[in-house]
Amino acid sequence: MNWRHKHLLGIEGLAPEEITLVLDTADKMAEVATRPVKKVPALRAKLVVNLFFENSTRTRSSFEIAEKRLSADTLNFSASTSSVSKGESLVDTILNIERMMPDCYVMRHPSPGAGQLISGFTKASIVNAGDGAHEHPTQALLDAMTIRQRKGGFKGLKVLIAGDIAHSRVVRSNIHLLNTMGAKVTVCGPATLLPPHIESLGVTASTEFEEAIKGKDVVMMLRIQLERQKRGLFPSLMEYYQRYGLTEERLKLAAKDVIVMHPGPMNRGVEIASEVADGPYSVILDQVENGVSVRMAVLYLLLGGGEDVSAH
Amino acid sequence: MYLLIKNGRVVDPSSGTDETLDVLIKDGRVEAVDKKLEAKGAEVLDATGLIVAPGFMDMHVHLREPGYERKETIATGLAAALAGGFTGVCCMPNTDPVNDSASVTRFILDRARAVSPVRVYPIGAITKESKGEELAPYAELREAGVRALSDDGKPVVKASVMRRAMEYAGSLGLLVIDHCEDPDLAGEGSMHEGTVSVRLGLKGIPAEAEVIPIRRDISLARLTGQRVHIAHVSTRLGVEAIRAAKKKRLPVTAEATPHHFTLTDEAVLGFDTNAKMNPPLRGKDDVDAVIEGLADGTLDAIVTDHAPHAYEEKMVEFDRAPNGIIGLQTAVPLALDRLVKTDRISLKRMVDAFSCAPARLLGLTDKGKIAPGVEADLTLFSLRKETRLKAEDIKSLSKNTPFLGMKLKGAVVAVVIAGRVYPAR
Amino acid sequence: MKRKTILDAAGIQRTLGRLALELAERLQGCEGVVLIGIHRRGVPLARRIADKLSEVEKVQVPVGSLDINLYRDDFSSAGTAPVLRGTQVDFDIEGRTVVLVDDVLFTGRTIRAALDALVDLGRPARVQLAVLVDRGHRELPVQADYVGLSLNTRREDHVELHLTEFDGEDALLLETQITAKEGRP
Repeated sequence: MNWRHKHLLGIEGLAPEEITLVLDTADKMAEVATRPVKKVPALRAKLVVNLFFENSTRTRSSFEIAEKRLSADTLNFSASTSSVSKGESLVDTILNIERMMPDCYVMRHPSPGAGQLISGFTKASIVNAGDGAHEHPTQALLDAMTIRQRKGGFKGLKVLIAGDIAHSRVVRSNIHLLNTMGAKVTVCGPATLLPPHIESLGVTASTEFEEAIKGKDVVMMLRIQLERQKRGLFPSLMEYYQRYGLTEERLKLAAKDVIVMHPGPMNRGVEIASEVADGPYSVILDQVENGVSVRMAVLYLLLGGGEDVSAH
Repeated sequence: MYLLIKNGRVVDPSSGTDETLDVLIKDGRVEAVDKKLEAKGAEVLDATGLIVAPGFMDMHVHLREPGYERKETIATGLAAALAGGFTGVCCMPNTDPVNDSASVTRFILDRARAVSPVRVYPIGAITKESKGEELAPYAELREAGVRALSDDGKPVVKASVMRRAMEYAGSLGLLVIDHCEDPDLAGEGSMHEGTVSVRLGLKGIPAEAEVIPIRRDISLARLTGQRVHIAHVSTRLGVEAIRAAKKKRLPVTAEATPHHFTLTDEAVLGFDTNAKMNPPLRGKDDVDAVIEGLADGTLDAIVTDHAPHAYEEKMVEFDRAPNGIIGLQTAVPLALDRLVKTDRISLKRMVDAFSCAPARLLGLTDKGKIAPGVEADLTLFSLRKETRLKAEDIKSLSKNTPFLGMKLKGAVVAVVIAGRVYPAR
Repeated sequence: MKRKTILDAAGIQRTLGRLALELAERLQGCEGVVLIGIHRRGVPLARRIADKLSEVEKVQVPVGSLDINLYRDDFSSAGTAPVLRGTQVDFDIEGRTVVLVDDVLFTGRTIRAALDALVDLGRPARVQLAVLVDRGHRELPVQADYVGLSLNTRREDHVELHLTEFDGEDALLLETQITAKEGRP
């Protein structure tokens, strides 16, 4: 099995073997971090442009570390300090950077499909680091790596994703990935944060958290953004916590060996209780660590092409 | 000056005609419609194998001039209309300045006469600057040549304003055309709310955002007893509400666009901004309902909602792109291929929707018919000839269409305006 | 294409036995020696040599594996990224004698990459190289310390080692391109 895609714009459309290849490669990449010299020359002389049109310290740092561990050259481009703030279009931005001969763009953008748009204007590979509420493929892959480390696989695994389902790119990528790998996904949140037709993606939807969490092997909590409450999508953060907050009490309803995940950044006391976030079932910090390995794997698979010299 | 159109299949729903006949035209007016006509010295047009229909009229077009000449000009828009088989168009008032005064209306009419034979019927604004507050000067607009009013592109949000508009316009015999969209419910949506929007993470516009204002307008038609015409109906809910209103003999009429009877929201899957319109492309069931509505006459007219946008405006992120596509050169072939060829609507009904219905709605008594004495405006088309629109064939200044390269059975062959023949190229 | 068996299973067995003996002799009891096989076929070869050493010398030599794909020097955009097998060296190589093990020594580029990979793991006292076959045509100044078999080949020939671990059999094969003269009467 070899990687055959030029871009990673989303999880939708990836075959199970391709997802497994990324995860296997990420496992190998994890070893690099254990060495005295945490850097390999695999992407030496490759230029990776980190294009962030939305703030994201976490994802961006994770990508940057991955790029540096693979010896790529990096260029950081953020919308606030660039010509974008002067009204330059996305396509023009790409056409300009294109002449600097990049090998890869890592792009975070508020509009769904922004990656598809620029793919028509570049010779480089594109890694979608989050496009609006559409996809965030490396997040789903690092979640999968974490799940696989703890559970060994995905077949028949019962996964609950709870919180702001409507506005989450993490949820879409995770649904595609988990469905492809044979897990069963339930999404849960207040009715106003569950988008209509979500079941068409192959999940069960519920507004009752205590029902939904019963017997689940994996519980993934999503960040609740304060501005949603201001826009009237739910009455108050307190009411949210009372109905949907992951407390120790509620966690007892899940499977005995449940793992608790969160893509971060967390709102303690809103979607998750501190005791749970820091508790024995939490793998939240493993997710952060795996993020670097998964992003190394993705960059390597997209850019590490060449003859196989392992035969001599 | 005689023009003799020989051996065409004359389809004129206004008189129920559908047979092979000759049409003799003298000095721009129809002289006779009959079998085996002769006229000495006449220019003869052999229409064997062609349909000869009353001139098609597109009552929903954005010509963009004045103000947005980067997108389209009156000259290029009318060239597209002519190539697409239209002898007349109604242009929407959302220009800059908005057509809410006689001066803008006269400008459009003067410009149109100078650049094209296609007849132009400017639509005036319902409210000043289309802001939804104060009524535009309808009598002044009518005096300048306006026959219908609309704030198209935006709904008339306030029911009280809409009520007054219908009352006042009705008393002047003007048709009020409403773009039915609840802007609050539609929110920041950029496509139909359904299984595709949830997959793509794009904010959706539910069908209810269309039907709620349609129901309001129907209620206001009952209240005022005046006519209202619903623009670009896209949903089953909308079609059904209008059908029920018509059954109760309320003065409600409506229209639909080719893209709403051709494409579903699945066209958005690759984030193609040429699949972004308002109202958005809907689901399969809605498409079926629109076709059924056209078939049974619930939806009176087929209109293009021709909406040119410059390349750079559409070459942006999907949720930031402007709505709309050009449609003048694909409307007739799409209707022939998707509706007539498939027997979903009759040829007669199709001609009615493109020709007689718009004439009726706008009160153009000598349009939409082929009868002695009326101006000879005709559309000649073939059911067999294929259309495949190439970028270089587009007469419009803008090329924003998802129908490029699509093979369609049926083609416009020529239009006749005031007795002059304009072959489609 | 002509295919010739250079060594059969017994031949490979014998050659490895000889390699192990040579190692034992030159490294005198194998104190502080570790074997690191280069993926893919160097890894089972290293294990087999270690087994021989434990038979003959009664010493347990640690065995690791090295994936050199992240250290390759042929940066091109053509082709897909090679599948990573992973580096597994569960012991300290600081101050040790590392014997790299590979199946076929050819251009020397793999060994160049392996040396780079190795120094990122620590600082060995010395590094040696053991190969089953040396087929010539070096592109870099690399030579093996232990050679099972030297083989005369043309540059375009293929030397292929089959191992039961991957291929269901042990055999060393030489494939030669048939020239126009030979192939077409």
